[in-house]
Parts: sequence; C-alpha cells; structure tokens
Amino acid sequence: MSEAPADIEITDPVTITLDGRQVVVQRGALLIDACERNGVYIPRFCYHPRMRPVGMCRMCLVEVDTGRGASLQPSCMLQCSSDMVVDTQSDKTRKAQEGVLEFLLLNHPLDCPVCDRGGECPLQDQTVGYGPGETRFVDEKRHYEKPIAISRTVLLDRERCILCDRCTRFAKEVAGDPLIDFQDRGSRTQVNTFPNQPFASYFSGNTVQICPVGALTAEPYRFKARPWDLEIVESSCTTCSVGCRVTIQSSRNQVLRCLGVDSDPVNWGWLCDKGRYGVEALNAEGRLGVPLGRGRSVKTDDETALEEVSWAGALRTAADAITSALDRRGPEGVAVIGGARLTNEAQYAWVKLLKGVIGTDNLDAQLGDGIPAEIVLGLPLATIDDACRPGSTTVVVSGDPKEELPILYLRLRHAAVQDGVNLIEIGPKAGGLTPYATVAMHPLPGELADLVRAVVGGGAGGAVAGVDPASIERARSLLADTDGEMTLVVGRRSLSEDTGFTADAVSVLVSAYDKVRILPALRRANVLGALTMGMAPGVLPGRVALAAAPDAYSTRWPALPAGRGLDTTGILTAAAEGRIDTLILLGADPLTDFPDRDLAERALAGARNVIAVDQFVNDSVRLAEVVLPAAGFAECAGTTTNIEGRILKLEQSTTPPGTARPDWMIAAELAAELGSDLGLDSVEQIWKEIAELSPSHVDLTWEMLSDPQNRDGLVARGDPLPGSVRFEAPEPTAHRALDSYSLRLVATRKLYDEGTMVGRCRSCAGLAEETALAMNPHDFERLGVEDGGRVTVSSKRGSTVIEARGEAGVPRNSVALVVNAPNFDVGTLIDANDAVNEVRVEALQSVAGETGSEGGS
Amino acid sequence: MSGGPRIVSARWEIDDAWKLSRYLETGGYAGLRSALDMTPHEVHEEVRSATLLGRGGAGFPAGVKWGFCPPDVWPRYLVVNGDESEPGTYKDRILMERDPHQLIEGALICAYATGIAQVFLYVRGEMALAQERVASALNEAYEAGYIGRRILGTDFSVDVVMHWGAGAYIVGEETALIESLEGDRGMPRLKPPFFPAAKGLYMKPTIVNNVETLSNLPWILEHGSEAYTTIGSESSPGTRLFAISGHVERPGVHEVPQGVTTFRDLIYGDEYCGGIRKGHELKMFIPGGGSAPWFFPEHLDLPLEGKVVGGAGSMLGSGAIVVMDETTDAVSACWRLMRFFSRESCGECTPCREGTNWLETILRRILDGQGRPDDIDLLLDIGDNISPGPYPGPGWGAENPEPVPFPPQQTTICPLGPSAVAPLTSAIRRFRDEFEAKIAQGAAVSV
Ligand SMILES: Cc1cc2nc3c(=O)[nH]c(=O)nc-3n(C[C@H](O)[C@H](O)[C@H](O)COP(=O)(O)O)c2cc1C
Ligand code: SF4
Ligand code: SF4
Ligand code: SF4
Ligand code: FES
Repeated sequence: MSEAPADIEITDPVTITLDGRQVVVQRGALLIDACERNGVYIPRFCYHPRMRPVGMCRMCLVEVDTGRGASLQPSCMLQCSSDMVVDTQSDKTRKAQEGVLEFLLLNHPLDCPVCDRGGECPLQDQTVGYGPGETRFVDEKRHYEKPIAISRTVLLDRERCILCDRCTRFAKEVAGDPLIDFQDRGSRTQVNTFPNQPFASYFSGNTVQICPVGALTAEPYRFKARPWDLEIVESSCTTCSVGCRVTIQSSRNQVLRCLGVDSDPVNWGWLCDKGRYGVEALNAEGRLGVPLGRGRSVKTDDETALEEVSWAGALRTAADAITSALDRRGPEGVAVIGGARLTNEAQYAWVKLLKGVIGTDNLDAQLGDGIPAEIVLGLPLATIDDACRPGSTTVVVSGDPKEELPILYLRLRHAAVQDGVNLIEIGPKAGGLTPYATVAMHPLPGELADLVRAVVGGGAGGAVAGVDPASIERARSLLADTDGEMTLVVGRRSLSEDTGFTADAVSVLVSAYDKVRILPALRRANVLGALTMGMAPGVLPGRVALAAAPDAYSTRWPALPAGRGLDTTGILTAAAEGRIDTLILLGADPLTDFPDRDLAERALAGARNVIAVDQFVNDSVRLAEVVLPAAGFAECAGTTTNIEGRILKLEQSTTPPGTARPDWMIAAELAAELGSDLGLDSVEQIWKEIAELSPSHVDLTWEMLSDPQNRDGLVARGDPLPGSVRFEAPEPTAHRALDSYSLRLVATRKLYDEGTMVGRCRSCAGLAEETALAMNPHDFERLGVEDGGRVTVSSKRGSTVIEARGEAGVPRNSVALVVNAPNFDVGTLIDANDAVNEVRVEALQSVAGETGSEGGS
Repeated sequence: MSGGPRIVSARWEIDDAWKLSRYLETGGYAGLRSALDMTPHEVHEEVRSATLLGRGGAGFPAGVKWGFCPPDVWPRYLVVNGDESEPGTYKDRILMERDPHQLIEGALICAYATGIAQVFLYVRGEMALAQERVASALNEAYEAGYIGRRILGTDFSVDVVMHWGAGAYIVGEETALIESLEGDRGMPRLKPPFFPAAKGLYMKPTIVNNVETLSNLPWILEHGSEAYTTIGSESSPGTRLFAISGHVERPGVHEVPQGVTTFRDLIYGDEYCGGIRKGHELKMFIPGGGSAPWFFPEHLDLPLEGKVVGGAGSMLGSGAIVVMDETTDAVSACWRLMRFFSRESCGECTPCREGTNWLETILRRILDGQGRPDDIDLLLDIGDNISPGPYPGPGWGAENPEPVPFPPQQTTICPLGPSAVAPLTSAIRRFRDEFEAKIAQGAAVSV
C-alpha cells in the first residue's frame, strides 16, 4: 500500500543539496516529501502525507544544515528552503535512526509470526533497512491485555503499538470522530477508547490500514492470510457512487480484504467501513450461483416454489414472458427497474436490449428514491475537487452525505475545516455536515424552493420555511460573493417529499447564478453510469434525448422506443393497474427501496410476470418467476461511473459462484433467446461501441482507460451537448399550507440499514440502529409528547407505535424517521403521489393501573 | 531571609499580605498606577531596559519576548505559568500563596504594555492553597476595580481567569501548558512553527511568563528600570529567588541579588541555609532544578549568575538548588531523577518516552544488584540517542573532567528528554567508580 506523496508542480523552485546532489524542489514543501520525490526515501512512522505532520516518532531525523551548522532535524516537519544541505546517510543520521528503532523495539513483542502485519509491516521493513543488528535491552517488556476490541471490527494490541498517533490523528482530524485518544503518559502511554464509548466510526477501518504495525487489526481479516499469498488487483469500490479506489486482495478465489488506494481526485486513500467490508457479502450465505425458476408459468408467492433450473430453461422462461408481453401489449408491456448496480458495459448492453431490440422506454435505474434524471443529465457536472476547491462556496441540497456517500462527506468536511470552503447546507434536518457548514438550513418538507427563492431573491427578511432570517441573509451574502460560480451538490433530501421541490430549487439556482455545476449526491453505485447510458425514460446512451435521437442510433440499433416511457413510480403504478405484463428487476428490490411500500406491493402483485436478475433472493426477488444469477463486484471486469462522471476501471479478482455470469452476458443471451444478436461479446468491445455512439464518451478509448497513468479514471464529458437531455424549469410543485394538527414527515437514510448488502455483510449486519420518531423538542409540549415516551404516528396509509425522541436539528412541525430501520418500515406510511406526506402524532395514554400494581406486601 | 534588597519577597513575613487591604497598605498596586500614567509603549520600553530575565528556566528577557508578538494580530493572550514542578523548585508557590496580588498586578502591567485583554493564570494542580489564595485575590481585585472593565477609571480593561492543572510536570512547558488550557492533553507543540508569541493559545499571539518574572513588574514600574539595574549584575539585573533543599541546616527560599552572592554564600551563609547538616560534608549539588547537570564542591564559589553558571556547564534554571552530602548514593540519586523524568515524559516522542524509561530501568536494575559491566556505557549511549552529542565524543573519558556539553542537543519535541540526560551524564562522569562498584558488588552478591 503506497503512501507516496502526491506529485506536485513546482511553482516556486529552490535548490537544495540532497546527499551531495543538487536538486530543485518546491519551496515550503516538506523535506521528507521532497526527498521522496527525488528518489530518496526517508524512513518514517508517524508521517502520513494525508495528515498533519506531528513529528512524534523521530524516525525521520536527518542531518540538515540550514546555514547554522548541521543538526538532526525531523524531515517531516521541516520545510524546504534554499541552499539547505541535507545528508540522509551521515553517521549522525544513521545513529539517530538506529537509536529510534532500538527504542521502538524495546517494548515491542516479537509477535511477527502470529501478527497479521507480518510481511507488510513498516516496523519490520525499516528495522531490516535501518535498524541496529541486535538489541541491548535485557529487561522486562511492557505488558498489556492482548488484544482488546475497541469496536465491532477493530482490535487493538497495545503491546505492539508504537504510539505514532496515526490512528488517533485520523479519528480526530480526518474522520471527525475523536473516539480514540492517548491515555496515561510516559512509557505507559496507550491508545484507548473512552469508557463505554466504542470506536464506532464509519471510517474505523482506515486506522487499521494506516497503522504502521500490527497494533490495530481488522476482525474480518484476522489470521486469514499472509501478505505474500495474496493476489492483488486494483479496482473501485461499488458500494456507493463515490468510486473510491481500492485494491482487492484475494487468496484461493476468495476476496479477503479491500484496502484504500490514494486517488488524489477521489478518496485520498480512505474508505468507509461499509465499502471496505462490503466484500464479505460476496461469499455470504444465500448468494445465488444457479438460476431459479418455478417450473410452471404461474405466479405464486410461495417461496418454496423457487427451485434450481438450467440456464437454458431460465432464459427460455424469461424470453417467453417478454414475447408474450410484446404480443399482448407491445413494447410498453415490458418494464424494467434497477440497473444502477451494473457496470457501464452491462448497462449499455441492457439498454441496447431494452430500448434497441425490445423497444420499450419503461426503464428507470432509480427507485423513486433519487432525483429527476434531467438534473443530472441536463446540467453541467462538477467534480469532487470542484466542490472542495479552497475558498469556494458549495451548496448542498441533499440527504446527509455522511450517511449516503461517506467519503464525499470526508472530502467536504476537509474542505470546510482545512481549506476554507463555505458550505451552505440545505438538508432535511441536521446531519453530519451541519457542524462544519458555514450556514446550515433545514427547511420544512415542501418548502425547499420557497427557502431557496428567499436566499436568491432577498426581500422581506422574515423566517421562511422555518429557517431564521439571519441564516438566509448569511447564505445570500456568501452566494453574492461567488461571481455566479457555484457547485451544487444535489440529491434526495427525504423519501417522503416529492423531488419536484428539489427540481424547483435547482431551477431557481441555475437561473440566478450563471455558472452552477452539479455534483449529484446519488448513492447507488453506478447510478451516474446508468443515467448516462440511458437507464431512464426518454434518454439514450450519452445523455442523448430520445426525442432527438441521432441517426447513429437508428442505424446501429434494430429499434428505438416510440416515445417517452415511464419512470419507476409510473412503472409501479402501471403494474399495479395491470398495464405491465413483464416486469424485470435488474438488481432491484422495490419492496425495500421504493419509498411507498403499498404501491410496490400492489405493483408486484399486479405484474403478470416478474423476472429478476440478482445476486440474492431479496423480498422482491422472492416473488419472481425466474431469477438469473449475476456476477458481483470483483467477479467481473468493466468500468463504473462515479458521481462526478469519472469512468473508473473495475478488475476481476475472483470467479463468480456457480454459473452466475456478468450482467452484460445475461443481456446478450436473453437477446439471442429473443432471436436478436446484440453484437456484444466482450467488455472491451462493448466499451468500443459506447465510445463510438455516446457523445459523452467519444474520446475515451479502452486503451486510455487501461493506461496505468489513468488509474484515477477519466472524467466523461460533463457538459450538455446539442441533443442532450435538457433540464427545464418544472411547474412549481404545490403543497398544502401547514395545518396545526399535522406534522410533515421526513424520511432519511442511515449508512447501515436493513438493505440486502448490509444484511449480508458480516461486519455490518446488526449495525443498523432502530429508528425513533425524531422531533424538535419545541414541539413536545404542543403535542403532549415526552422525550422517550411512546407515541402513535399515523398517516393515511398506516400507523405504528414508536418511541419519540427529541432532536434539535429536526425542523419544527415535522417528524423524522429513518428508512429501512430494523424496527419499522417508514415506507408503510408514505404515499408516493403526495408531494408532502403528513402524519399525526399522539402520545400513548399510560395504561391504567400500571402504576401502583407493585404494592409491597 | 537576608538583609539584601527584597523585590518580590518583601511581604512574605506579613501574615495576611494576600488580602487586598494589607496589600494596599504596603504599597500594593502602585506599580499599576504608575504604569497607567504612561503609554503602553513606554511601559514596554521600561521593562525592556530593565533586562528582566525570565525566571521560568530559560532566562529569556521578558521585554524582548513581548516584542515578538506580530503587530497586527489580535487578540493576544497572556498566560501566567504557575505550574512550577521542576524537582526542587518551590518559589512560585510561595509567591502565589503569600503575595498573589503582586502577581496579579504584574500580569496587569504586562497586559497593559502589550495590549492584552485576557489573562489566563495557570496554577499547578497540586497547589491547593495557592489556588485558593489566587482565587480570592482575583475576586477582591475584581470587586475593587483593579481587574475588569475600565480599570481604575481608565480605558484599560482586562479579564483574568484562573485555571488549574491536572498534575503533570510537562504542562510547565509553555506549549504543553497552552494545549492543556485548550482542553487537550498536555503535550508540547513543535517549535517551529508553534512559537507562542506567533501561534499560541487558540493559534493567537500569546505571551507566556513565569510567576516570578511577572512578580517583579510592580517594583520595576514603581521604582523604575534604572533603580532595578543597579541591583544585581550587568547581564542579570535584579534579584532572584532560590529554593534550597536537601542536606542543609535550614532549607528555604531566599531572594538574593543576581551575580553577587555565590553558591557558597547561599549554602553556608548563616543568614541563608547555615551550612551542610551537622557532621556531614558536601558531595554534590544541583544548581538549577532537576534538569541541570550537577555541580561539585569546586563550583561553590561561582556567583549566582546565569551566564557564569552556564559557562561552567550547568544552569540556574528554575532556581532550585538541591544539596546532597556524602551519604547520598550517586546511583540512587540518578535513579530518582530518571524515575521522575520517565514518569513525567509526555510520551509524545520516541527517544524521550522509551529512552528515559530504559535509563530508569537500568539504574533500578543496578541498584537491585543485577547490574552488568556494559550498563554504564549503555546508559551513556542511550543518553546519546536521546540527546545526541556527548557520547562517545572525542577525547572523553573518566579521567577527563571536561564538563558535559550544555545545553544538551535537542532532537526531541521539547527539552524534557535531553534534560534527563544531562544530569545523568554529569553524574556518571564524576562518579563512574561508584557506578562500577555498585555493579561489581551486585555481581558478587548474586553469584
Ligand atoms: C519540561 C519543562 C518544564 C517547564 N516547567 C516550567 C515551570 O514549571 N514553570 C515555568 O515557569 N516554566 C517552566 N518551563 C519553561 C517554560 O516553557 C517557559 O519557558 C517559561 O514559562 C517562560 O517564562 P519566563 O520567560 O518568564 O521564564 C518549563 C520548560 C520545560 C521544557
Ligand atoms: S495503534 Fe497503530 S496507528 Fe495507532 S498509535 Fe499505535 S502504532 Fe500508531
Ligand atoms: S464512500 Fe462509497 S465508494 Fe467509498 S468506500 Fe464507501 S461505499 Fe465505497
Ligand atoms: S521530549 Fe519528552 S516530554 Fe518533550 S515532547 Fe518529547 S516525549 Fe514529550
Ligand atoms: S516521521 Fe517525522 S517524526 Fe515521525
């Protein structure tokens, strides 16, 4: 795992003497980095190029003369200045290095043979390179209980710890979760957690990766392998759509761990725990390795009826279902939801099959939980770096990035804390970014656009949407200073609120400021790829509007849809009404993910045939007639597109289980079964066709993507072109005035939920927390509710009894629930056709006679 | 107490000088009044020309230090270092217990001169009485209008808050003290870039001064820098407090003019400590706190003056003189000191954290009769790895009485690590035979 400093352009050159050589370096660069860039590696433990240097380990001492005579100085703290004379090989330097290593080894147990770090341990390596031949220590070593669990996944062996402050610094500085710190002092100094507070950080796994010894180990990987037995490929995480670069490390056809790779434009070496440990799901119980079918073509929700069938039989069944739908109703009888999990190539193959062969436009990769595709496809895209550009202003109109796109959160947090970026957060309620935002505003559901209009337009100066005038004014003056240049991070704020409000807000901003760029905060792995490849109604690959389809498509594809089709809500509504004959679930579980549970249930019941392509049998797949097993992450090659539109290579590490196969291959085989040839027979060749057809990918060749120089990926064209889908100001979405009995519902995501992936990943399963009904404590009295008391919450759809909890960051007159929580499915309260979902909350009467029944006798 | 000039200890014999009424009766707050009649710049110049050397250990002139604050960065802070924990040092405690208003007045003068509106008074955690007295003095001074808004009817406003430590020696080091004040673990910051005058408390310019340093200011402002420089020596004007402990007849704190009195005067003089305890003779003494290399009888006639003592290979440091007679075992004394440094190391840098502990462990082992012949060289080489320089060194040997290079080379974050090495090296150079004997004796016993 490389921790080399990022390359820099020398803008202010100075010449220094490095081991007798004259070299030109950037003035002010840290000496340790400047030396490394010039081929001289200075040993180190505490220094990490992505964290503030602390000069603690003293391993990097070298003799430096800055004009006042040579002396030993920590090169991780020293900035290059002209005429410095550096000697990394002098006797003094050598003796200092040997001395520090001897000190570090005094109390270090000789655990190497049983230590996970053995073989990839900086302490081992540097001892061999720079250490004394033998130790002069004959006394008793320091002892601690071995190892202690500081969280569900991280174990700490304090005997092995060399107190480099990397983990603690990471927790405090990078993650903002200062849950581990030093305790005690002198040689009894130790890293530890605070009493009764585990190291429960979404980012805890990074500390294991950067620990320079085996003091921190990851429970999932402990004793699993020796580094020299691992096969390593570089790829990108596809747990969410940040696209963090990783190495996938496997042994005997099993993925054993993922480590972060320092990609300067993306993840800086960090991963979230969900992404890091998500690979555990690949080998989880229930993983599909064979097609399943029911033997007879009658729909039943009897789970036991799903049984192993042959590929040929399964494909036949699927093709028959499609053919009969075409016969009965034409292309509109076929609809597909899902596809964001697929690679770009598989997405293209499926779109070609659906739109180009079958001719249906009823296709949507978002499950009614995203934002209108036109926002993403019809406006210029920004990069993560754009959103984090020092000194700039970034507006965040989305759910909580910490919960949905964890590493984007880290980057934004860093930008705000270290680089003076002004964040204007317009979230559904206070979240992870709130403490770092220059202005945080949490408008009431339904009133987002009103708030944004007030920010842009100025005016009366009263509270709008429940947001105080001072915040509005502050946001306005920040935006006034931007020259119209602004990155707008935009995603789904709440699942119980219509996205029309978001579209309104976006249109207000893009008409007020002329240089707005969009960074979509959509969480599903390759949702950007899916939308760009045409997995939305009215779109063809390359952001092309179906209505303006260029000739290339009509000449190269056998067919094209006749007109704009339905999005997921439309598809489910049509299915519920019996207007969809064959519904294909492409890695989708609408029962869990579609905001409106009732509609999803009616839709699955209403569709004549359900075909699923998936890795597991989830709630929705259980209802399918035939299930085609797909290859998963690390099991097939291709590319993925992150939120910035960056195309990142995915490498294959292991083979899929059983006869599961890549999604693009399933599309091609299904096409063949339907009597058509997609003409797609390898990932590389699919990419070639994409680059030929898609205006967004036109200059991106496979060779360029495969060039190791481009391992950070290449950003596809992010500006709309003639013929692209256009974002147009929508008709403002209406909402009713607030009535004094109802509260508006906010439904937001947490990183760990009851989704298929989390549930199948051993390290994450069980981390999903129960949801309470969060409400602003100011509303307690009015409603007669107590903090911690039980209440009935009811909408027109349903009702439940749940604990109420005060949370100051929830807007007044609203209540917030977490989506997909283990104790309650908020989808049972939501009506997807309501712009704003309202609920009533009533305190439960305490049961009479409950008190006093324990009278003593 | 001697009959010499009493600048900071003038009220020590008055039982209730810690009360505002008594302080005022005995001339209190006169220095502040004369300061307020001058411009801040004039006050600063007055202190600069007094050459008031810092009394916290490093001896840096206060007037010069104040001038290091970058001109246009506000706010600035004054932090009063009352964490006194250097082994053998107990002068600041007495200043705070017996004359807290004098310290407060000094802090106000400093604040006035440097444009500071917020003072933090950091008192060592274990000093309960000092904390009580300072707190009550602060309350009285607030009430009487000496602290707070528009002091004595002028435009000058200052707030002073007291904060107490949690019992760590390292927090006496100014940057660790600042960390502690900010609510973090007391661990020193790196200099550069974190020189307090530039980036101190909350990253703002911060002046850190010792209790005794500031306690001199009322007198200087009342009597003028000229009067001050007539006391003491040219390079070290004024007086200093020395805290003498160990094998003398009468341990105690004495205020003496700098550069005039000698160690011999202080240790043997009747008006001071009255000599080594009866029937015993001097073996060695620590001239300036636990961090100072040791001195021996031949150093007795050196005057108590920073420059001279520094030239002879040690320091006056924190003004703590620890006297040891011939009953003191050099190895035990070293072990005691090493145990202190090892326990008090903040644990931040490897050489200090691991090295001081290793030194202590070896010394303990020698005392326990498990010494090994190589141990003495090992001790010296460990010392060299904590603070490179003295060992092996050209031409150095047991027979060579050349002093320990002082101050020691510092390659650690703060001087604590090197501070542990210097006294040990000085002891081994002088008493190598005692170390060898201990080791041999142990070997004989354990055979
Ligand atoms: C390990 C260590 C401990 C220190 N302890 C104290 C102390 O207890 N009191 C003190 O005033 N200065 C102490 N100092 C010195 C302070 O860092 C600082 O130099 C001093 O407070 C400055 O005040 P002055 O200029 O008035 O002397 C210590 C320094 C070190 C390196
Ligand atoms: S646990 Fe590892 S990373 Fe943390 S301080 Fe110890 S050695 Fe460094
Ligand atoms: S932030 Fe997203 S892409 Fe990055 S590691 Fe986490 S899940 Fe994977
Ligand atoms: S020298 Fe010792 S006390 Fe000073 S910073 Fe380093 S470890 Fe801490
Ligand atoms: S790497 Fe420089 S002190 Fe640790």
